[in-house]
Amino acid sequence: MKTLNYIFAILLLSATFVSCSDDDDNTPVAVDPVEGLNMIYEIPATDHTVQIYSEKQNLEVGYNEISIRIKDMASDKYVTNAAPTWMPMMHMETMEHSAPHSMLTNTEENTVYKGYIVFQMPSNDTEYWEMILNYSLNGQQKEETLRVSVSQPADGMKKTQVFMGADDTRYILAYVNPRDPEVAVNDLQAVLYKMESMMSFPIVENYKITVDPRMPGMGNHSSPNNEDMTYTSATKMYDGKLSLTMTGYWKINLKLMNANGEVLKGEDVTELNPESSLYFELEF
Amino acid sequence: MKAFISVFPLKGILMGSLSCALFCGSFMAQLYAQETPADSLKLIHLNEVIVISAGKQLDHQKQRKPLSTLDEFLESSLSVNMVKRGAYAWEPTMNDMASERLAVTIDGMQIFGACTDKMDPITSYVDVSNLAEAEIGSGQQGAMFGSTIGGGINLKLQKSNFKPTGWTGSLESAYESNNKMRVFGGELNYSDEKFYFNLDGIYRKADNYKAGGDKEVLFSQFEKYNFSINSGYKLADGKSISATLIYDKANDVGYPALTMDVSLARAVIGSVGFNQDTLFGNFTNWESKLYYNDIKHTMDDTKRPDVPIHMDMPGWSETAGFYTQANLNKEKNHFFFKMDGFYNKSYAEMTMYPTNSNEPLMFMLTWPDVRTKDVGFYAEDHIPFEKASLKLSARLAYHSNTVADDFGLNSLKIFYPEMDKTNTRFLKSFSAQYHKMLNDFHINGGLSYGERAPSVSEGYGFYLFNSFDNHDYIGDPDLNTESSADANLSVTYKKPIFEITAGANYFHVFNYIIGVVDPTLSTMTIGADGVKFYTNLDYARLFNATLSGRYNISNAFKLTGSVSYHRGVDDAGKNLPLISPLSYRSALDFYKNQYSASLSVDGAGEQINYNPAYGETKTAAYAILSASFGKRFFLQDNDLFLKAGVENIFDTNYSSYTDWNNIPRMGRNLYLTISYSIN
Repeated sequence: MKTLNYIFAILLLSATFVSCSDDDDNTPVAVDPVEGLNMIYEIPATDHTVQIYSEKQNLEVGYNEISIRIKDMASDKYVTNAAPTWMPMMHMETMEHSAPHSMLTNTEENTVYKGYIVFQMPSNDTEYWEMILNYSLNGQQKEETLRVSVSQPADGMKKTQVFMGADDTRYILAYVNPRDPEVAVNDLQAVLYKMESMMSFPIVENYKITVDPRMPGMGNHSSPNNEDMTYTSATKMYDGKLSLTMTGYWKINLKLMNANGEVLKGEDVTELNPESSLYFELEF
Repeated sequence: MKAFISVFPLKGILMGSLSCALFCGSFMAQLYAQETPADSLKLIHLNEVIVISAGKQLDHQKQRKPLSTLDEFLESSLSVNMVKRGAYAWEPTMNDMASERLAVTIDGMQIFGACTDKMDPITSYVDVSNLAEAEIGSGQQGAMFGSTIGGGINLKLQKSNFKPTGWTGSLESAYESNNKMRVFGGELNYSDEKFYFNLDGIYRKADNYKAGGDKEVLFSQFEKYNFSINSGYKLADGKSISATLIYDKANDVGYPALTMDVSLARAVIGSVGFNQDTLFGNFTNWESKLYYNDIKHTMDDTKRPDVPIHMDMPGWSETAGFYTQANLNKEKNHFFFKMDGFYNKSYAEMTMYPTNSNEPLMFMLTWPDVRTKDVGFYAEDHIPFEKASLKLSARLAYHSNTVADDFGLNSLKIFYPEMDKTNTRFLKSFSAQYHKMLNDFHINGGLSYGERAPSVSEGYGFYLFNSFDNHDYIGDPDLNTESSADANLSVTYKKPIFEITAGANYFHVFNYIIGVVDPTLSTMTIGADGVKFYTNLDYARLFNATLSGRYNISNAFKLTGSVSYHRGVDDAGKNLPLISPLSYRSALDFYKNQYSASLSVDGAGEQINYNPAYGETKTAAYAILSASFGKRFFLQDNDLFLKAGVENIFDTNYSSYTDWNNIPRMGRNLYLTISYSIN
């Protein structure tokens, strides 16, 4: 019977090589609508408070996704019919201007009003940003003006470009995704606005932005299978693909082209021209 | 053949063999005590056996350089050539095919190197001190050791095997002048009919070697230890268990042909075995083994000046496996059956340190934790006829690769967005080998077919830099199974004092895997010329021919010689890389009254057929002359051997086609070996 045991041992061991399986169980969990977000401002009023949330610790130059909740003290509930609108304003020493921003909607979660603002510049002691918020509460129209501070991105990476195109139009291009880049083909997303006036920043549709990621620290190594960003009307953003072959510092060289294929900003990367004047930077 | 849906699923095979073992096992208790049948007929194999066992007195005299590295021993084989990236860890090639097309095992154990750049062929993890011999099977004659195209090499460990020799031991030392290599080794053995153990260790340390003309080859130093213990215990008559442990560690290994060196190459290799003379009455020599090995390999460029970017490249390879084999002798048929399996985990990463230290580290997985499962069944049948014999063999294997690391999977999906995590294939091999004796002529001929799965690098490598052709390589998980149809023929004319053999083989390899440039891709390695994808060519053809002879001039003098021709072309008729030019060697050996001496010449013709696309340049013709002298002394019951020699007597500066980046080979080298054996 000893022999039998040896055979058993051998076969059991060999069986373990092939009998691996994965068990996946997806159990739904109740989700806090602002989980993972930081409350960066709270505006107290007599009968309600306005809470402003961001993924970041504070507002930064570039694309900022912002969530707003309004709590009615009387009912101790978050309001679902506030229909808020907002307007960011930069108060410079000599002039004032707004910033590209979306509408606020509560379609995902009816107590949370979401939208985004693209801040073109940071605030400082003399030049500051204000957010003017209009909303209705129990049938009454309210307005709050909140002075917010906007800093340069903590990682120092350039993810927002404000530039004059070859068509003499001023554009604002801001990086949206991937928020957490991976060594993979990432979904690349950006927003493009043009500056019609100090107060008007319409979305630019149907342009194209070419994508050429490079690693200056690795002899300008590039990656394959990137896709140029094109306009998606559903999201009102530009979507493309960004391949990153390793972690580290990447410069995403870009070229903006209008609907006729004319280059408005940016250059091809070649041996002689290692970088485009239009780019995003990222580090991970 | 990829993504083959196995009609005979693996679990079925296992269940089948389990129930078979259960069923048969219950009979065994009564049956195993039967007598062992007489040794099966000695059949002539094409297989070559190289005797290594450095410490064994009888073999010692026959060897020109007893404590040379295993690499040098293997290179002395007619069918093996060694690709050299420096003085250490040469990569064996057979029939002009390297690691991924060969099945190389240590005592039947599958071991896979942990270096993405093939700096650690598994032959580098053992040493001559613990090996008895290398069994070499060309083409499908090597399929017993695993799925292969070019052949198989099995390095057999030295074991006392219950011989009643009692305590024995030996001490060895050697010195080589050229690279100041110091070798110290020793072994201690005990063996009786019930129990044995073999304990041995060896230490080698070498400085940079000097090529002909006293030109130092920088970064060619190395240091290595190897310890091993083997033991066996007889449970009952005809039934024993055995265990083996090998620990091998190399530090500070220079690779002059590469941009990086190795700070650590470490292997722990262990196995337990069970042997029984008979099984179910009819089967004999039943041998089973369970094994595990763990390899760590760390590349290091911190000692190199002027590297554009510093990088760390550690790699790990772990393998667990088993085999069980037995013979079955019938009147007309001599069967051999073997079932084997392994599970390997290969993981390698690369971290690069940017020149601007404020930037984050650059990290990639060069081997994305690939899990390879392989279960195979091998059977052969020797059928003797009158003055002839036929050997039929077949191997069927289930082989699968899975990328276990998501980071690595996503990395590869940059190139292959649709790739699957797992790739399964079924590998087949068949061969028929016929041997006929006509008076003094022996005629050997065979036809065979074999398949192999792509290696981890070929399937899943991610920006692996190959300094030979200066390209980055990227694997392709969707590669087709490579297969080969081959034919071999050899004729030997044999007289007691004279023997001459002419042999040739031809491989038609379908779906030949090789790197092909993709000009659209950007290099990762700074200074590389381009990026290659591993790709299936429609086919490649390889032809090898050898003429060898032996002449016993007298009892004391023996003359041997061989000349070989090799040719390899791809489907467009272009030369394949690393194909040997015409090469030759000849030796005159003398042995009488405990004196031995030899004079040998090795050389090669100009490499006419080379391919610059694979980084090759024309290698010039060369010939080198070497000599050795030995003497055996008897000191009471003990033996003392002295052997001295000089290699490359004329200090020729040369490199062979196998020398990576044409790094010149060693110049004149004097060596002295002392071996003291206590019987």
